[in-house]
Amino acid sequence: MPLRLLKYALSKEYPGKRFFQAHETPKKSYDVVIIGGGGHGLAAAYYLAKEHGITNVAVLEKGYIGGGNTGRNTTIVRSNYLTPEGVKFYDASVKIYEGLSEELDLNLFYSTRGHYTLAHTESAMRTMRWRAEVNKHVGVESYVVGPDEIAKACPQLDMSCSGQAPILGALFHAPGSVARHDGVAWGYARGADSLGVEIFQNTEVLGIDVQGGKVAGVKTNKGYIATTKVLSAVAGFTPRICEMVGLETPIVIHPLQACVTEPMKPWLDTILVSGSLHVYVSQSSRGELVMGSSLDPYEVHSTRSTLDFVEGLTSHMLDMFPFLSNIKVVRQWAGMADMTPDFAPVMGKTPVEGFYLDAGWGTWGFKATPISGKTMAETIARDQAPDLIHSFRLSRFEDYELTGEKGAASVGH
Amino acid sequence: MSARLANNKGEWINRAASVKFSYEGREFSGFEGDSISSALWASGEQVLGRSFKYHRPRGILSLANHDVNVMLTDGMDTNMRGDVVAVAEGMALKAVNTDGGVKKDKSRFIDSISPLLPVGFYYKAFHTPKRFFPFWENIIRKAAGLGVVNFNYPRITKPKLHEHCDVLVIGAGATGLSAALEAGASGLRVIIADENAQAGGSLGFDWAGGQESSTLREQLLARLAQLPNVSLRLGAYAAGYYPDHLIPLVSKAGMVKVRARSVIMASGAFEQPPVFRNNDIPGVMLGSAAQRLMHRYSVLPFSNGVVFTANDYGYRVALDLLQAGVKVAALVDLRERAEESALPDQLLKRGVKIIPASCIYEVQANADKSGVKSVTIASYDSASNEAQLHDKITLACDGVAMCAGWVPTANLLYQAGTQMRYDYGVHQFVPQRLPAGMFAAGRVNGVYELNDKMADGVRAARLALRHLGQEVAEPATVALAATAQSHAYPIVPHPKGKNFVDFDEDIQVKDFINAAKEGFDNIELMKRFTTVGMGPSQGKHSNMNAIRILARVRGVPVEQIGTTTSRPFFHPTPIGHLAGRGFHPHRLTPLHDANLQLGAVMTDVGAWKRAAYYQVPGLNVAQTVLAEVEAVRKQAGIIDSSSFGKIEVHGNEAALFLERFFTGRYADQAVGESRYTLLLDEAGVVVDDGLAHRLDEKLFYLSSGTSNAAAVYREMQRWQQIWQLDIGLVNVTGAYAAINIAGPLARQILSGLMQGLDQLQPGSACLSEIAGVPVRLLRVAFVSDFTYELHIPTPQASFVWQRVMAAGQGLGLKPFGTDAQRLLRLEMGHAMPGIDTDGLTNPFEIGADHALALDKPDFIGKRSLQIIAKRPLKKALVAFALAPGYAGEIPLECNLVIRDGDIDGRVTSIAYSDTVKRVIGFAYVSPQQQALGTVFQIRTDSGALVAATVVDSHFLEAQ
Repeated sequence: MPLRLLKYALSKEYPGKRFFQAHETPKKSYDVVIIGGGGHGLAAAYYLAKEHGITNVAVLEKGYIGGGNTGRNTTIVRSNYLTPEGVKFYDASVKIYEGLSEELDLNLFYSTRGHYTLAHTESAMRTMRWRAEVNKHVGVESYVVGPDEIAKACPQLDMSCSGQAPILGALFHAPGSVARHDGVAWGYARGADSLGVEIFQNTEVLGIDVQGGKVAGVKTNKGYIATTKVLSAVAGFTPRICEMVGLETPIVIHPLQACVTEPMKPWLDTILVSGSLHVYVSQSSRGELVMGSSLDPYEVHSTRSTLDFVEGLTSHMLDMFPFLSNIKVVRQWAGMADMTPDFAPVMGKTPVEGFYLDAGWGTWGFKATPISGKTMAETIARDQAPDLIHSFRLSRFEDYELTGEKGAASVGH
Repeated sequence: MSARLANNKGEWINRAASVKFSYEGREFSGFEGDSISSALWASGEQVLGRSFKYHRPRGILSLANHDVNVMLTDGMDTNMRGDVVAVAEGMALKAVNTDGGVKKDKSRFIDSISPLLPVGFYYKAFHTPKRFFPFWENIIRKAAGLGVVNFNYPRITKPKLHEHCDVLVIGAGATGLSAALEAGASGLRVIIADENAQAGGSLGFDWAGGQESSTLREQLLARLAQLPNVSLRLGAYAAGYYPDHLIPLVSKAGMVKVRARSVIMASGAFEQPPVFRNNDIPGVMLGSAAQRLMHRYSVLPFSNGVVFTANDYGYRVALDLLQAGVKVAALVDLRERAEESALPDQLLKRGVKIIPASCIYEVQANADKSGVKSVTIASYDSASNEAQLHDKITLACDGVAMCAGWVPTANLLYQAGTQMRYDYGVHQFVPQRLPAGMFAAGRVNGVYELNDKMADGVRAARLALRHLGQEVAEPATVALAATAQSHAYPIVPHPKGKNFVDFDEDIQVKDFINAAKEGFDNIELMKRFTTVGMGPSQGKHSNMNAIRILARVRGVPVEQIGTTTSRPFFHPTPIGHLAGRGFHPHRLTPLHDANLQLGAVMTDVGAWKRAAYYQVPGLNVAQTVLAEVEAVRKQAGIIDSSSFGKIEVHGNEAALFLERFFTGRYADQAVGESRYTLLLDEAGVVVDDGLAHRLDEKLFYLSSGTSNAAAVYREMQRWQQIWQLDIGLVNVTGAYAAINIAGPLARQILSGLMQGLDQLQPGSACLSEIAGVPVRLLRVAFVSDFTYELHIPTPQASFVWQRVMAAGQGLGLKPFGTDAQRLLRLEMGHAMPGIDTDGLTNPFEIGADHALALDKPDFIGKRSLQIIAKRPLKKALVAFALAPGYAGEIPLECNLVIRDGDIDGRVTSIAYSDTVKRVIGFAYVSPQQQALGTVFQIRTDSGALVAATVVDSHFLEAQ
């Protein structure tokens, strides 16, 4: 038992301290205002303070920190994308994640379990090979494996999927991991707070003051805040925030749903994804199966769950694992995913001076939390986006320079 | 020792049917109708499980489907809830999550080291140094989780039903029954559902020592049975609320998806435990659990007990205990006095000692913590919410009944979007604004007294009927309970803790206080950090106390804390129930049987089953495919193409529709002519291609590949909605079968069967017939220059196929499948959307400039193409061949093209062509490498670089 827990056992007074201060009223002005207290916004605040010495920063969160998609995703971290730009970007994220528990001194349960994207059709096998080849080229450990290797990694898997969709192979991605999503937000919040960043919960942005094409301030339910730099790091509300500065984005919002079972003793050691069956699943450290599926096929601004979703998902789960018939689903929920036409994010500067965008995170936001925070912090500090996120700039949609990640992101996880 | 009581009116057990089972290796018997917990309790067994974190012994808490510490396995099934699963003959049960049995669980030491495991301990340790984390993670993973999954458990398929009703009543207690009777009297269709095996709710167990409730229950049920339009569903819980009043009722038999026109929630309330040290020792149970034991199962909860109450309900429980012959050593009331004086009077008369303004400070367990030895009672200062130890006394007893109040069973109300408010009179959340068509009555609505509950049920039913347009009497208002039914703060602090708030997750009072200290002082953050309410009971007995503690820590009123979001499912719901039978829709062509007879090996193409190749004894797959190709090149082949997309565009503006939808020109297309179609999306990305055959001035017949057909048709419908042209769209994919006869002898084979072949030039179409069957005859050149495509009405497909096969006999006609087809089209130099294009490919990149009529006023994607056309090309699809006689590792599709060590492109199609005698294919390369004759490098799976040469795409002609 690690010694640091002794402190808790032996102290008279509970030795735990506040992760972050409970600020109520914002100051009149800040150097940077970050809209959205999810993982991305908090990470950006942390890196602004830590790497760029910019500590006069306010993070404004409408609800509670990490309560949006940070707390709703299925916690998978991977970098087996399709475009070299995407693979490099997410790989940089994986690298930070691997050392993040130590850096933030919070156990994020970052658990590298290996990630299999199952292929049930020849065309899926082609895409797997494509991704494997690009991954390998960029130095990421992904390769195509055959049914034998899959069966060895997950002997419980019905390789024929009830005879309906025999597994032909998979893309194996060794660094594929899961982590405690809440912890990521809390760790960054604590880190940022300790460096002087102020976090405001229950603080809603009502408008952004733009004067002469430049950001001048932010209107909130707790008053006006003067600032020349605003980062929007929200999900589900990006179009609304962008409207405040007169920007249009090609983002549309689809619900993405997930569900979780009762805890059971660990048996599923890997992360499994099946595009054909629209399933992804991993077993959490608590023993629950965490399951998700594709995006809902319609645009709607809602976090309401549907029965349809869980019926379809469970049916396909049984194709893969027929013995789960009497295992029970405890809870289902939904998040709002900001979808872009090319399934890649929107990051960097915008035509409005001082307004920075970290958006379009669709179904791939959690895994990018550290690197997006880091690169957005750099973008704000230097007023110039680093090369790593050049492919994700907003202007790519006007320039017809899309970063096609659809092939690697179509089952959202 | 048997704790079974004498025969009890309305008991659920059938004493005539005894049931034998084993638990933890020992034999027990119970009765039919017993739950596992009641049968064990009747036999004197009190340790029914171990807790999740500290492995403390646990017994009965609620008997209301949230005793999640009593989870069992019978070897097949796991996480079976002892409080609600009926005991069955021959069951061999064990508690889950123990190390060496429930009695001698080796993990029980964790309880004694609990100070080392503060709230969220796993965030605070095990991560430094990083290399040790996998070790700790392994230990934690093994410790977590409840039951063990049996991988041999069968796939269970439960049916799903859809039902519709006018009024759905959730809960068949006094309130729900009254509502159902009132609604049923209108003659409308009413469904009333209750999760319990028998109806009546608390009428069946909350008797306060009398018999009136039991009699009333029988009367109500008798009246209900008179109404044929009311359907009572027992053992069925409402699993969740979904938009437009969709409520799945889940029972052992399966799931019934009820779509109701109105819903009455008469779901009652969950009893809440007061919180004090050792409130989890077996024998300490909710007052309603003791009542359920006595009246449903006729089992004595304990023989000498103490009632600890913070409301008047505890007095009712005490009366029931007395009636069952339990000695009530004392009734400890957290309050100064009872609200209703008649109840204490009854108890005093029967010699029960009432200790007001006091609390149970702690429970002393017997040596192995398997039961209660005594309790310490102390005064309780309601101002400081602290026990005052100066006058504490200890009473010997063997059980405690706990009553601290109620939480409305409002899960579905929340899910439906009901606005709730905290009522300081009743001290619970009650509905404030209900969604249209939803109504709440009874305890969930803050109404408690029996007559009031029944009146409230009638009120809700009348509101529902009025909502449905029925003319009924004005519903009388029913006031909320006049007195507090729940205590505002039934929490007793103790320096040594183990005063549990959440039994699922072993969360103690101090865990909440400490979580708040660490900044998790928002109810959602607190939930996530402490995991309160995240266990299998989903907070049914813990969320409200957590809210009360947090409100106190923050010094704000309860309503400012709010509640966490309620989500489906109300009770954990089996995957097999949700999944149902599981359908895998697929489409068979009308020639499916004919294909199978010829030895076809089928493959999935979208939803279709298509023949990949036709097995020939003695040949392997590759040889088979090459033989099929050879037949097409040298004699003739026949393929079932019935899965091809076939869409008719009829009407005056049919040509205009095509002009707008596709990139090419169709206005001047002659009748009988076929033209290429290319579909883009608005970003100019290639989506699909095919052919448009003009069969008539006002009729275009579109044929395209299999995979995209449905999506393309959908897109056509979408655009037609916008354009509103004078056309009709008909998807005739399933109405016509399609057969291709390809090869130099194709015409000869068909000439004996049909007219018009000689006049039919490549790229044209006509109407013909075979033996009286109308045939759409198309001259296409996809797999061979000599191809005739026959589109036949589906019912006649088999007949025509047989005729053609017969005609081809002796001329070498062979069936060929999709494998050969792909190779044949490659030899012909046809790039295929989806295979040779991806989600970003524009037509310039695949050399489809010829298909673009950029001078048309508009077509989908034109605006984007105009912008893209001005930019330099980024990649180009080229045809390539490996060196003649190449014998090395053959690259695979999606291997990368490498130039100067970087990615230059990728192979999209590749195969060895026996016709051309070379490995040929398509690849994307940078424009610098696209010129004919350029040699570029492909990196194979093994990492080797293979040289390929850009060649003309007409591989056959080059040959």
